[in-house]
Amino acid sequence: MTTAARPEAMPATPGTGDLLLEVSDLHVEFRTRRGVVNAVNGISYTLHERETLAILGESGSGKSVSAQAVMGIIDTPPGYVTQGEIRYRGEDLLTMAESERRAVRGQQIAMIFQDALTALNPVYSVGWQIAEMYRVHRGSSRKVGYAKAAELMDRVRIPSAKERVKDYPHQFSGGMRQRVMIAMALALDPDIIIADEPTTALDVTVQAQIMDLLSTLQEETGMGLILITHDLGVVADVADKVCVMYAGKVVERGPVRDIYHNTAHPYSEGLMASIPRLDQKGGQLHPIKGAPPSLANIPPGCPFHPRCPYAREVCTTDHPPLYDVAPRRQSACHFWEEVLAGGN
Amino acid sequence: MSKDIKADPAVPADGDPYGERIDEQPHRDATPHAESGLSEGAESVGTAATGGAVSGRSASLWSDAWKELRRNPLFVISALMLLLMVVIAAAPGLFTNQSPRACNLANTVGRPQAGHPFGFDIQGCDYYTLVVYGARTSITIGVLVVGVALLIAIVLGCIAGFYGGFADTLLARAADVWFAIPAILGAIVILSVFNQRGLFQVAFVLIVFYWPVMMRLMRSSVLGTKEVEYVDAARALGASDVRILRRHILPNAIAPVIVYATITVGIVIASEAALSFLGVGLQLPAISWGLMISVSQNRILQDPHLLLFPALFLSITVFSFILLGDALRDALDPKLR
Amino acid sequence: MARYLARRLLQIIPVFFGATFLIYAAVYSIPGDPIRALAGDRPLPASTIEALRDEFNLDDPLPVQYAKYIAGLFRGDFGQSFRGREVSEILRQRFPVTIRLGLLAFAIEVVIGLLAGLLAGLRRGSFLDNLVLVSTTFVISIPIFVLGFVAQLVLGVRFGLLPVAGLREGWVSYVLPAMVLGSVSLAYAARLTRTSLVENLRADYVRTATAKGMPRRRVVGRHALRNSLIPVVTFLGVDLGALMGGAIITEGIFNIPGIGREVFVAVRGQEGTIVVGIVTALVMIFIFSTLLVDILYAFLDPRIRYE
Repeated sequence: MTTAARPEAMPATPGTGDLLLEVSDLHVEFRTRRGVVNAVNGISYTLHERETLAILGESGSGKSVSAQAVMGIIDTPPGYVTQGEIRYRGEDLLTMAESERRAVRGQQIAMIFQDALTALNPVYSVGWQIAEMYRVHRGSSRKVGYAKAAELMDRVRIPSAKERVKDYPHQFSGGMRQRVMIAMALALDPDIIIADEPTTALDVTVQAQIMDLLSTLQEETGMGLILITHDLGVVADVADKVCVMYAGKVVERGPVRDIYHNTAHPYSEGLMASIPRLDQKGGQLHPIKGAPPSLANIPPGCPFHPRCPYAREVCTTDHPPLYDVAPRRQSACHFWEEVLAGGN
Repeated sequence: MSKDIKADPAVPADGDPYGERIDEQPHRDATPHAESGLSEGAESVGTAATGGAVSGRSASLWSDAWKELRRNPLFVISALMLLLMVVIAAAPGLFTNQSPRACNLANTVGRPQAGHPFGFDIQGCDYYTLVVYGARTSITIGVLVVGVALLIAIVLGCIAGFYGGFADTLLARAADVWFAIPAILGAIVILSVFNQRGLFQVAFVLIVFYWPVMMRLMRSSVLGTKEVEYVDAARALGASDVRILRRHILPNAIAPVIVYATITVGIVIASEAALSFLGVGLQLPAISWGLMISVSQNRILQDPHLLLFPALFLSITVFSFILLGDALRDALDPKLR
Repeated sequence: MARYLARRLLQIIPVFFGATFLIYAAVYSIPGDPIRALAGDRPLPASTIEALRDEFNLDDPLPVQYAKYIAGLFRGDFGQSFRGREVSEILRQRFPVTIRLGLLAFAIEVVIGLLAGLLAGLRRGSFLDNLVLVSTTFVISIPIFVLGFVAQLVLGVRFGLLPVAGLREGWVSYVLPAMVLGSVSLAYAARLTRTSLVENLRADYVRTATAKGMPRRRVVGRHALRNSLIPVVTFLGVDLGALMGGAIITEGIFNIPGIGREVFVAVRGQEGTIVVGIVTALVMIFIFSTLLVDILYAFLDPRIRYE
């Protein structure tokens, strides 16, 4: 099976700071009536100060679930973290008491969700919801809370923030709502922000604005940023390194540039071929054939083999470990050399 | 009582029966559903929900529901009970060889005894035989009222939901008017207009008070289905309105209404009993569980068996329909699949 | 908010006139001549009959009769019964009884129904949850008159806990009938509350609140609860009116002199003005309570307020 998780195999991007987060060999499963769903099957990664990690995958790859496991917001039952460690500044979040963990949540690690319309409470004003961070975690007064909320909304560039503090989520546009979410995540100056498909629900132009905002804020605060996405195109400019996930496992990881230029795993190759790129004039888009496997019934061997153009006999039986492809770069493909040589 | 007649006001104008969209079965949880963001696991657990072809959508909804139902013990129990009730209603002779009219005043309010397990009523009629014959009234009224009301609701609900505009406003206000009238009092007034009250008069009044809820439900369901892409596609291909409604919208929109209608059969049966109990429903010599309780209401404190047996059958029938509806909803609820 | 309210108020108008007219028309098409019924076996002089027909506008066409009736209504005049009683006087006598019964039933419904629903919703799948589900299904399945008799038999006669019938013992006399009257509503309220809470506990914004590091108590109490109560409040508002209009069976079983009994007697005696008067009053209660709900709804849900 897989080689043991080796987060150290993916060292910090040059120019980044202290190690913030170290996820190793994380397993998450959902126990449903229809059987056990293995949503995350041993993923590992690290995140440092000022570093941006993109976790890339289709829906059903386990990317969101792994982020929710880090936040500790998986509903139990049906979801269970069955194995692994999540170390924040060296301390394992999974063995912490719930009260300690809650103190980390929102204060040290904050999360931005995909659809701000449903992720914000419809019956409270956005100011109230931002101020809640200060009022609950810091014991601030209502007045101070609202004042800080207005400051934050200004900081995420919401026009006339002071007047809009008392407005409700449905009164904002999609992009502005996502800024509110960002403001809320930013409130207590967290070390890490996890953004789960932060721009998927938005127009393309607004997507770029939100990504810019996130990277500017990162420069200002020095926080670590985890971007979960299915679209590498959106995060290519912002991310430092990428983890490509498939069927709950990491199939390829490395610096964003390297992967963007030449993939070492057929799945990432397929993902690249399916996004439009400016440097491929006249080229065709090639969607990956087939559908992702059911996580309740992952194929033996390499989970990608039924869809893989490189697949051979060995792929149906042997699960490929993460091979070192290059410094700071790994691929879980028996034929990574071939894939790498084949260009994109 | 209002609940008996007007069905449950819990049905929100744009909602679903009981307003209970989620599972009532505590054990059927688990699968994190698509909107929750825990979707990753769930999406691949279920069948390829999004990939299905247009025409296959409703077909798979019903066939999946059927698979689900067969494994649900509540469904099996309630379906078997109702089957038994229907057989009793269709062929009461199979269950008793006595005539419900063969009464002997000497036996008045006799207690249950050998050969007469339910005892006798005030007229000295065999209570078991009466209870058996009462099933026919209840089942007929329930099915008749819900059948007609459902038909009205489907037609008007489709018109209101599909065309909107003036027709929609008119129907919405008409439904509002019916909601504003206290159902039981309204039923009493309307029923007293008739010189004679038989099955059809009682059914008529119940239909009058039941169609608006179903119509609203149908309307909102059609509204929800109307905007889906495949309807646009069918329209672009030049399909007529009737065809779009019949082939594309109805099969997908009807599920919540069917669930509600099933539960309503039970509620209608209880309503008939209530009206007959009040003396404004069926009249003697009709045989109805509600009427049986009504006739003996002054003796109930002394002779509880007069209440017990018709009430038991009545409650079991109503209960089975509600259970069946609940099971159906659980099976049809796409959110959980 | 103002526009929302204005629209609601406008919608009331057709509902009020539609509902009262329907009842008016139905009452006056009840077969038989009310004046004859009043006279009984004794023949009345033609002049008396004429005077009575004139007084009650019986010779006008139906719409004119109705218009005259409504005009009187706006002056606070509910008309007179054929036997010469002021209908408004009857209402004053009977309504308080039904209102007291209805309010007590409503209180029982709100307190127990909401509590049971919340506890069941918070502990989904627990024994308590199953208990609530099963018992509410039973309550909904058992016709209310059966429930009434059973309550009377068990709590009143067998154990002698509560007065069985009538109003001789003050407010305690209302307890048993109110429990019976409120039982079905209680069951619906509990189920609705449970479902709504369960649904909202799974909502994205609840997950956000957890991710913000809010304590569980706050996540449930401040975030999930308020949203969960929105459909429940709607139900309760509609139900308040329905409880009073639906008290007739309970009033009959427990021998309580409220409007239910009055209507019943009036229909039998063809006292149209009494029937129409009572139903009109109930329609007004219904309209008033739905309006109240709409206001409350807007207060609870800003999406409505800023529509």
